[in-house]
Amino acid sequence: MHRYVLGRLLSAIPTLFLIVTISFFLIRIAPGGPFDLERPLEAKVMENLNKIYHLDEPLWNQYLLYLKSIAQLDFGPSFYFRDFSINELFAQSLPISIQLGLSALCLALFVGGTLGVIAALRQNQATDYTVMAAATLGVTIPNFVVAPILTLILGVWLGWLPVGGWNGGAFVNVILPVVTLALPQVAVVARLTRGSMIEALRSNHVRTARAYGLTGYMVIVVHALRGAILPVVSYLGPAAAALLTGSVVIETIFGIPGIGRYFVQGALNRDYTLVMGTVVVVACFVILFNLIVDLLYALLDPRVRYD
Amino acid sequence: MSNENNKTVLSIKDLKVDFETATGTVNAVRGVNIHVEAGETVAIVGESGSGKSQTMMAAMGLLASNGRTQGEVIYEDRNILGLPVGQLNKVRGEKITMIFQEPMTSLDPLYTIGRQLAEPMVVHGGLSWKAARAKALDLLRLVNIPEPERKIKAYPYEMSGGQRQRVMIAMALANDPDVLIADEPTTALDVTTQAQILDLLRDLQKRLGMAVIFITHDLGIVRRISDRVYVMKTGDVVESGDTQKIFTQPEHPYTKMLLDAEPTGHKPPVPESAPVLLEAQKVEVEFELDTGFLQPKHVLRAVDNISFSLRKGQTLGIVGESGSGKSTLGRAILNLLPAGGRVVFHGKQISGLDRNAMRALRKDMQLIFQDPFGSLSPRMTVGQIISEGLLVHEPSLSAQDRDARACQALEEVSLDPVMRNRYPHEFSGGQRQRIAIARTMVLKPEFVVLDEPTSALDRTIQKQVVELLRDLQKAHELTYLFISHDLAVVRALSDTVMVMQGGKVVEAGPADAIFEDPKQDYTKELVGAAMLTQQHMMETA
Repeated sequence: MHRYVLGRLLSAIPTLFLIVTISFFLIRIAPGGPFDLERPLEAKVMENLNKIYHLDEPLWNQYLLYLKSIAQLDFGPSFYFRDFSINELFAQSLPISIQLGLSALCLALFVGGTLGVIAALRQNQATDYTVMAAATLGVTIPNFVVAPILTLILGVWLGWLPVGGWNGGAFVNVILPVVTLALPQVAVVARLTRGSMIEALRSNHVRTARAYGLTGYMVIVVHALRGAILPVVSYLGPAAAALLTGSVVIETIFGIPGIGRYFVQGALNRDYTLVMGTVVVVACFVILFNLIVDLLYALLDPRVRYD
Repeated sequence: MSNENNKTVLSIKDLKVDFETATGTVNAVRGVNIHVEAGETVAIVGESGSGKSQTMMAAMGLLASNGRTQGEVIYEDRNILGLPVGQLNKVRGEKITMIFQEPMTSLDPLYTIGRQLAEPMVVHGGLSWKAARAKALDLLRLVNIPEPERKIKAYPYEMSGGQRQRVMIAMALANDPDVLIADEPTTALDVTTQAQILDLLRDLQKRLGMAVIFITHDLGIVRRISDRVYVMKTGDVVESGDTQKIFTQPEHPYTKMLLDAEPTGHKPPVPESAPVLLEAQKVEVEFELDTGFLQPKHVLRAVDNISFSLRKGQTLGIVGESGSGKSTLGRAILNLLPAGGRVVFHGKQISGLDRNAMRALRKDMQLIFQDPFGSLSPRMTVGQIISEGLLVHEPSLSAQDRDARACQALEEVSLDPVMRNRYPHEFSGGQRQRIAIARTMVLKPEFVVLDEPTSALDRTIQKQVVELLRDLQKAHELTYLFISHDLAVVRALSDTVMVMQGGKVVEAGPADAIFEDPKQDYTKELVGAAMLTQQHMMETA
């Protein structure tokens, strides 16, 4: 098991290397540079800036320099937010995004899972149709529509919740963004759970559990749900990635200082190091979550072994 | 026949089961009366679709959600049919238990054997998990699981089908039940395993004294273990009575037909002068098992050094349990997979020929598969399926000629040629197998490999297909290689028989010699397990 985890982590290095290489050159292909403002800078100033940030050196050299610094876990200085290094920016914003994303993921799993199980148990009845219709709505309505509506109702009209701001992650501030972020995932998880749960409820071993007069909890949770949750677990990897990157809109609408906004600002301002930093961070999370998914899978299903 | 009395433990009265489907209501069970006494074994026998399983599923409250029931199921003076789940759960799993047909999937793959055995004891017996586990160990010993201390920690996927069925039996016995319902418990198992499970059930019943309701389609099993029989057909009990009486003096025509469906007869021998059509010398097939990266390859010898020769018009029966390599041998003979050794057909060596060279010979060497549902393309009409081979082998034929040949082939397998414009899903299993045979016969082959052609069919249908194969052989002087695990069918069709185990030939010889006077222990076990000897004794008695 330890060997497997170590192997997976080591195999992440070449993956990350490829991602860094490709995105490094891709962003450089995009026209313009970090210091091309609407009003051009004086030639002398520009020259100095380029020199400080090594932009006057050949691209190949810049790439090697970047690789060297990233190997020391130094993402370099930001071109746009001067006076800040990327590491400093992330140190402030990443925990916020992680808190936001993980809260949304947990909420989606809990609510989506419960709804899916209820729908499966009431298959083709009114409850089932209601849950599935709500799930379809959840997926189709984009969160930049949901967010303002929820803010309007709960924040402006009823005045129950603050309309924006992070406030150090205070509970009332977190509710709206987390709910909005989780909604589409709730819908997907509910659908997945319902489908696999219906199949599980029809399976022969659940029939055995019923025939042996086991309690409802044992039949549904112990025997049906454990198997039915496996496809949902596989979905966790992509879901985690979607929640991290999907927070761009939510963070902007609710004015939350997470890393989401750096995706946009970094790309628009050609802040090379910022773009690279966000790409690497997201890639790390995707890799990590896929590893967690695989380990969780082995934990749930004894037929899967990594020896 | 015995009537209900004070020894009756479970009694089903006028039970009706309907299923609401999109195309209307299906009356699966139409007013059935069945009862069982303490210590008695009752068999419910019938073919697929007779409602025998649904009767017991309904009694246990295990119907699919679109099932509706009517009638009474009386246990201890109380109607348990339609009870709320909470009350029903006080009976099922404790006083009435079940074993199912599918040993491979009836246990939860995610929990250990010990945990699953303990569950009903904790729920019904009020035992602690620890006490239940200790008792589970005793139960595993009771059902003769080897190494019970180790197996109790095993997961279902680590056990064979027979072992899993033993675990199911252990589970059924855990709470000392009054009634044990066994729904085709041995159908998915090999014959020798089947015999062991039946012996175990009979032995346990004697020791523990519960009533057993045994659902099966296999009359051999009925005769072997039951005291009384109910014969079911399309949702009705058509006949019931003591086993002895049902077998000796059947009254209902359907019962007679079922009894008559046991394949009988012998194949007339082929004259000595008949030319040798096919000769196999030291055929070998090896599979490399994937053991992982950079690990030494594990080689499995699926077919190990097998030789035989077949004269024109002869049938060689190959019997063996699953995994014995019999199907692999059939495919190796047809050069469908790489094999060592030599196969000579019509004096010409065919082993080692490439695809193109083989194609010309394929017309004369055909194959019929076990699964009549999967082996016909669902998107082609029956006429297209049958005449497809002619496109390759007789390209000069016009579309009209091909159609005529397809009609002729359908007539030969006793199907109406009008049906050639229909699609396979509109046919029953038996009819599909006839279509598969017609597809083969249209090419006028000389040699046909039949890979379990009757195994997926009900006994009565099976008998018709056996008759058909026999007639076709006689009419066209066909040579068969007949692969089956069903010894009765092999005996009825073969000149010579080869018994295979683990890729090797255990014993070979004339059919009668093998079945009446088996020399090797394995053959004896196989023949004994298939209950042919017993049947033979009854025939001659």
